[in-house]
Amino acid sequence: MTKSSFTNIQSEYLAVIDHAKCVRCKRCIQNCGWGTYSFGGDKIIADHSKCVACGRCYTYCPEGAISILKNPTVMRENGNWQDYHIKNIWRQSETGGIAISGMGTPLKYKKYFDHILLDACQVTNPPIDPLREPMELKTFLGKKPSKLELDFNEDGQPVLKNPMPPQIELSTPFIFAPMSYGSISLNAQKAMALAARALGIVMNIGEGGLHDEMVPFGKNIIVQVASGRFGVNRDYLNSGVAVEIKIGQGAKPGIGGHLPGEKIGADISRTRMIPAGTDAISPAPHHDIYSIEDLRQLIYAIKEAINYEKPVSVKVAAVHNIAAIVSGIVRAGADIVYIDGFTGGTGAAPIIIRDNVGIPIEIALAQVDQRLREEGIRNEASLIAAGSIRTSADAIKAIALGADAVAIGTAALVVMGCHICGKCHTGNCSWGITTQRPELTRRLDPEEYGEKLYNLINAWSHEMKDILGAMGVNSIESLRGSRERLRGIELTDSELKVLGIKHAGM
Amino acid sequence: MLRLKNNFSIEHDIAGCGLCGIINIRKIRTNGEDIKKAIALEHDRGNGLGGGFAVYGCYPEYADIYAFHVMYDDLAAKHDVEEYFKNNFIIEKQESIPVFKTSKINDHPILHRYFMKPKSDREDRLLHDLGDDDFVVSSVMLINSEYDGAYVFSSGKNMGAFKGVGYPEDIADFYMLDNVEGYMWTAHNRFPTNTPGWWGGAHPFTLLDWSIVHNGEISSYGINKRYLEMFKYNLALKTDTEVIAYILDLLIRKHGLPVELAMNVLAAPFYQTIEKMEPKQKELYTALRQIYGSALLNGPFAIIFGYPDGMVALNDRIKLRPLVAGTKGDFTYIASEESSIREICPYPDVVWSPKAGEPIIIKTINTENISQKQRLIIS
Amino acid sequence: MITIDAKGLHYKELNKIIRESIASGIKNVFLENVNGQYYIGDGIKGDNITITVNGVPGNDLGVFMDGPSIIVNNNVQDNVGNTMNSGKITIKGDAGDVVGYGMRGGRIYIRGNAGYRIGIHMKGYNEQIPIIIIGGKVGSFFGEYMAGGVMVLLGLNNSEELAGEYFGVGMHGGAIYLKKKIDFSKYSKEVEFLEANDDDMAFLKKYLLEYAKDFNLSSEDLIGGPFYKIVPSSARPYAHLYTSSSL
Repeated sequence: MTKSSFTNIQSEYLAVIDHAKCVRCKRCIQNCGWGTYSFGGDKIIADHSKCVACGRCYTYCPEGAISILKNPTVMRENGNWQDYHIKNIWRQSETGGIAISGMGTPLKYKKYFDHILLDACQVTNPPIDPLREPMELKTFLGKKPSKLELDFNEDGQPVLKNPMPPQIELSTPFIFAPMSYGSISLNAQKAMALAARALGIVMNIGEGGLHDEMVPFGKNIIVQVASGRFGVNRDYLNSGVAVEIKIGQGAKPGIGGHLPGEKIGADISRTRMIPAGTDAISPAPHHDIYSIEDLRQLIYAIKEAINYEKPVSVKVAAVHNIAAIVSGIVRAGADIVYIDGFTGGTGAAPIIIRDNVGIPIEIALAQVDQRLREEGIRNEASLIAAGSIRTSADAIKAIALGADAVAIGTAALVVMGCHICGKCHTGNCSWGITTQRPELTRRLDPEEYGEKLYNLINAWSHEMKDILGAMGVNSIESLRGSRERLRGIELTDSELKVLGIKHAGM
Repeated sequence: MLRLKNNFSIEHDIAGCGLCGIINIRKIRTNGEDIKKAIALEHDRGNGLGGGFAVYGCYPEYADIYAFHVMYDDLAAKHDVEEYFKNNFIIEKQESIPVFKTSKINDHPILHRYFMKPKSDREDRLLHDLGDDDFVVSSVMLINSEYDGAYVFSSGKNMGAFKGVGYPEDIADFYMLDNVEGYMWTAHNRFPTNTPGWWGGAHPFTLLDWSIVHNGEISSYGINKRYLEMFKYNLALKTDTEVIAYILDLLIRKHGLPVELAMNVLAAPFYQTIEKMEPKQKELYTALRQIYGSALLNGPFAIIFGYPDGMVALNDRIKLRPLVAGTKGDFTYIASEESSIREICPYPDVVWSPKAGEPIIIKTINTENISQKQRLIIS
Repeated sequence: MITIDAKGLHYKELNKIIRESIASGIKNVFLENVNGQYYIGDGIKGDNITITVNGVPGNDLGVFMDGPSIIVNNNVQDNVGNTMNSGKITIKGDAGDVVGYGMRGGRIYIRGNAGYRIGIHMKGYNEQIPIIIIGGKVGSFFGEYMAGGVMVLLGLNNSEELAGEYFGVGMHGGAIYLKKKIDFSKYSKEVEFLEANDDDMAFLKKYLLEYAKDFNLSSEDLIGGPFYKIVPSSARPYAHLYTSSSL
């Protein structure tokens, strides 16, 4: 077929230029990574079909002359047949391809964080002032013994009998979520690394290897080993503060990844340690892990390689049987388990998977924490919760449900300008985040956005301290797993039960 | 029906309070007059819905076996529990706890005490190889959670708790504590805020030889409870004090931590303080926080914790509850207010307030367990 | 003048007698055998009225007081001078925690040590300048959120540690004077540590002389410098903490 009747699927957005305001500076043409704008002799012309509403053009238009509007042309309304169902059918019938997209699911599933309310103190116990009084957010990720083993020195003073298992020390219970070089630009990684270093937290380098320029940030980096094993060698394993085995991702549980060969330039080729121009394929499974004992084998292979000096984390997507899975992971020797919820982000995922597979992080977390406690092994590993933490409130609710820390992925990209247009997979990101096009990536100044990331985590940490203070505790560990401080609203008995919380008023 | 247990539909029973403690480090025993006077001065810190005392050294003739104090709603409950006791314990003596009904306290449960030790051929031992202490703990938990209308409120050796619903001075009269002698006393005046009073909810809370009196609310209750549940503690009473007692049981008895370190778990030093420590100490305290973060008591509290070797007083790490200590000779007094101490010891040698989170630990010197009267005769 | 034996009296009875005595024009009230009675001097108002306390008064001594003087010949418990407006409290012994909370005027002179959170959120208003002078040492959170007024910490007992941790946290008004130099680097970054100048000393002199007289101390020893001064670096330490929300 050369020409299809469906090529003119209605544009989603209209890029409308107020020509009276426009001074023809052409900044929009330069800024748009999608080629929406061109100069038509005397004025700017917009090709609406290319616009993804990434927000770059109007942010940088000095005259405020651009408006991005939702295309008012209607499709006949149908509560069952949504407009995206119909358009995807057209698109797929054109190409026969799997529909893919970037970012977490945009569908309106129930967000449990929005149905959980927090507690505060009144009279019987006092709130604590978070600004003047000490308020501790320091968090250690790693295995903790179930009891303290002591020796006594010659003065009869107690000393540790055995050194503590290795820990990652965080000044505040946030980390930057794994996003590989390849899926995002080096500058985006650098911005997170700079912020992590300034904050005393860590970023996760993702599965795409460690670029030379990221090596100096090792004390603030978790390195990842995924099924593609990109850039993985002995030095890589030892270059961060921890190693993470990536089993799955909340946006696409059970499937692998695929960075197309055209994106594998010289730099990425060197970092991933694969030839330029070849597809970078992450298989769905690790082909050395077909069962839980195999995971144990890999965990200990890594522990041997790093001389047991750093914690090993395992990242899994939240799926139906997550509690039993995580219990197995902990018993297999993981020091940290990173659970990525259903709404977690991605650089590219088939929407059939992204929008339909997995369970929400709130439920996964509640079940995992409870299961580990029932088995008496909650101390054996720390839990990181991820999957669209949108506010400090989401973070604090996750911690009260049982997380040790939360991971910030999409929110960090939003700091860098991301408008969640969901076109990460195209490599045209106008903000220089999910692209490798040099003219786009160089506009992302790591220093500038590093500072903004620093500001965001600082602001959220302050908010967290406000909440802790209102709850009358001055240390995050007194909230961690304290579901007594949570109440549900508009939730069914079953939902309350799986979350392990009571309804408001009870 | 009297409330023995927390059958109220709440997750967490909370209360404000006053507390006092007296210890003689030479284990010279005195009767309950002084402690009653001292706690009576803090009358307005309570509301008449809970008062109680713990006394150590009160049963020297049964010092090697467990003294159970049990409250019953009715004779049927008593019959059931006694059946359990007969099957599992050798009971050397049992009797009613002597009481004196007053106009203030006239409605009370059946109060009975048993001096006994676990049978060596008890079924649980064969099955689970539990030590005597562990067996007593599990028996107490079993009765308190599974036997309706029965509540064990004291189960230590040579010590006892005497408590109920009422102001502490009235409870003292009710139990005739002027006839009871001990080398260490603690007392509590309760101001419960979300339940009416219940007999079991009064302080002290005891487990084996531990006794706790406590002022303030533990804002970290939720996680403290879940942490203890991981170690199979059954928090039947849903009170802060129960949580504290179990944490101490876990830390000191089961994990073998020295008392000082256990106190540093309850009121952990801030990381900024830990930063300034010597490397070895820093390592220890960092580990303490990493391992026992969920056992940190957060929120305002002051506690007096009694155990056979002494008495420990502690307040929270930013000092949101008051605590004052004074000494005079071999006696140390601890109270929520200095005036309580002065009421029974007008001119102490020294009076001081501990710093936030800094435990006062008063240990007894090993001497015979003798009463003041006997001591006078000897000297 | 009236002498009241407070032994065994509940605070309600005791304070009623005090209030009635003052209402009837009595200027000097002597309380004997006080032990633990709360609220002595609560909300009393008037000039030239003096209450002398023998024994340890209970919490909230002089709360809401507006004018009179209280002299305590022993230690005091917590919350002395709570939200006091004017008047004077002189304490021969030690004081407990939270002295002068929200105090808006008047003076509190303590001969001995004082506990945690002394001068917390005391504030000056118009011509009213609340003053607290402590002879010994203090616990942590000294001058927490202090918004105005003046505190002087003398450290006369030569103890090693003049003040606990979190000195002046959130301080955004007023001044604290120290008679001893301390290593201030470990304390709040919201305050500045300076040497007191002549104006400071001229201001302090009147109060220090009165303090010396009240406690029979050598006035030369007391006012002899140098003194050190701690002032907030900003009246608005949290100006940059907030941002407006889009919701």
